[in-house]
Amino acid sequence: MSIARANRLTPYFFMAPAVVIMAIALLYPLGYMVWGSFKDWDPSQSIGEAEFVGLKNYVTLWNDPNFWESASVTLRFAFFVVSFEMVLGVGLALLLDRNIRGMSVLRTMFILPMMIAPVVVGLMWRYMYHPTVGTFNRTLDSLGIPGVDWLGQHALTSVIIADIWQWTPFIFILALAALQSLPRSALEAARIDGATAWQQIWYIKLPLMMPVLIVTGLLRLIDAFKVLEVILVMTEGGPGLSTEILALRISRTATEFRELGVAAALSNYLLLMLLAFTLGMFGFTRWQEARAAKIRTADEEDA
Amino acid sequence: MPTIHLDHLIKRYGDVEVLHGIELEMADHEFTVLVGPSGCGKSTTLRMVAGLEDVSDGEIYVDGKPVSHLEPKDRDLAMVFQDYALYPHMNVAQNISFALRLARRPKAEVDAKVKEVAATVGLTEFLHRKPGALSGGQRQRVAMARALAKDSSIFLFDEPLSNLDAKLRGQMRAELAVMSQRVQKNMIYVTHDQIEAMTLADRIVVMHGGYIQQQGTPEELFKHPVNKFVAGFVGSPPMNFLHGDIEERDGATFVHGDGFALKLEGAKAEAARTHTHRNTILGVRPSDLRFDPEAPSETALTLDVMVSEYVGAQSVLLCKCGSEDVMVELNSETPVAMGQTLKFAVNPNGVHLFDSENETAI
Repeated sequence: MSIARANRLTPYFFMAPAVVIMAIALLYPLGYMVWGSFKDWDPSQSIGEAEFVGLKNYVTLWNDPNFWESASVTLRFAFFVVSFEMVLGVGLALLLDRNIRGMSVLRTMFILPMMIAPVVVGLMWRYMYHPTVGTFNRTLDSLGIPGVDWLGQHALTSVIIADIWQWTPFIFILALAALQSLPRSALEAARIDGATAWQQIWYIKLPLMMPVLIVTGLLRLIDAFKVLEVILVMTEGGPGLSTEILALRISRTATEFRELGVAAALSNYLLLMLLAFTLGMFGFTRWQEARAAKIRTADEEDA
Repeated sequence: MPTIHLDHLIKRYGDVEVLHGIELEMADHEFTVLVGPSGCGKSTTLRMVAGLEDVSDGEIYVDGKPVSHLEPKDRDLAMVFQDYALYPHMNVAQNISFALRLARRPKAEVDAKVKEVAATVGLTEFLHRKPGALSGGQRQRVAMARALAKDSSIFLFDEPLSNLDAKLRGQMRAELAVMSQRVQKNMIYVTHDQIEAMTLADRIVVMHGGYIQQQGTPEELFKHPVNKFVAGFVGSPPMNFLHGDIEERDGATFVHGDGFALKLEGAKAEAARTHTHRNTILGVRPSDLRFDPEAPSETALTLDVMVSEYVGAQSVLLCKCGSEDVMVELNSETPVAMGQTLKFAVNPNGVHLFDSENETAI
């Protein structure tokens, strides 16, 4: 083997372990899931014994109103939690990006919710939402206001509030880190150029934070689609299907309904949805870059 | 185009006072350069004028009106930063027009202004580029154009050339000099580079340790430094300093040190004779020493040549006078070689004396 050839192969050699791990830990289970989704598969069977049914599982789901209800709950949940968390997290970061006494303690306290195990968060909120002995209704009661049926009539809203409480800090710390790495002098230049505090935020800070915010939002979005424990502990998807997000439905399809093939198909739908979002996001950035590049080349031709 | 008056300006960070009562008057259309080594307080002074730093004590008057309570945007000034401080997400045109757009000027006016200013600094071809796609010199021009577009009456420069390489710096310095002639605004320029200060300034303010050491025209500072710090800071290569004692012999006044005894003339002799103590520091600029083998020893220094640095038409000799170092600037044609002991006549107008204790000029 010539030295040139060896040199050319070296990078592949170094990448090989990572590829192997990826294949075992990611591609194999994924393939397994896709394969399973084409089968009428009961937990008592091995995958080889299960009958191949083609796209039947997908079609069944497509025609199942409960699936669509679940998908809609998931989308609403994801949309509201990510929107509120982004606004609150970034707002808090803009507010707390200053050096005053006790700020570091305050910041640490803000990120505490994120460190609590999801099951504990679920339990905590379930007790707080309890119709008679919960903190919220007792407080309302003492103020003479009638109690709210938190986990009944307003279950989805209540679940959304709990998620916002837990995950706003995540966006807060990332936004704060982005803010603190902004070029100081550009902000000073903006002050001299006549920008008010709001204009600085709107025209300088937010646009410069945007790359970080996009990634943060995307991470939260993916997470929100997959959230399980908190809702499981708080409502178990109820009442009715009002808080049954897809992840919960997948878990119930597999364990309660014992339909592994349908659960796999459901997982694939969720995966495809997330993939579409992610690709859409990347496509948008690509498109923006391409547009900028086009303007640049146009300039050079003019010049 | 206002007058600016800094009235006993003080800056403290916590308990540490970094500016100790800066007094400064800047007239209309004046190009004032604040110069000094790192940490002398020059940038802090500028940033206080800009409104980016709070004033701890004292006041800044613009046309007689106190401004230290005003936000930067209300002070009618433009500033060029050391790291350019461009808005990375905006293209050149947007960078230049940001202030105008914030002020909600009509679009036609903004476009016209951007075109005009971009042409002034030679950026017309790059208006749609983002700063990331520009070279250092071009970014510097964008920063300059942005300041120009504002039409403010006060221009502030915070070491605007120090991020450029030597050649570009020289070129931009020349362009700046031309621009300052043309726009006729009140400019305050901060630099640690005394060559920039000398070439650009109508008036130089030398700062050190949070105090103003001296202010005046470049020529005043070069010829009549008030203390040893200013004498050593202004001029390149820097002034030579030799320790000596003032002595009187045969009715004449001498400075006598290790390896030299220089006769003082005229007013210098008079000042030295009446000075309170005898210890002194003699200052002579490298350019005030002239190679002259025939010079009488009472008007010359006898130097051992250690190294000769050839810089083209001129050479700089590093010499020893007794145990002290002396630099001499002379024509490269002069026949000198290393290791020689030679005589250099001292220009009688180039003799400076400083008190050895408080280092002020005698």
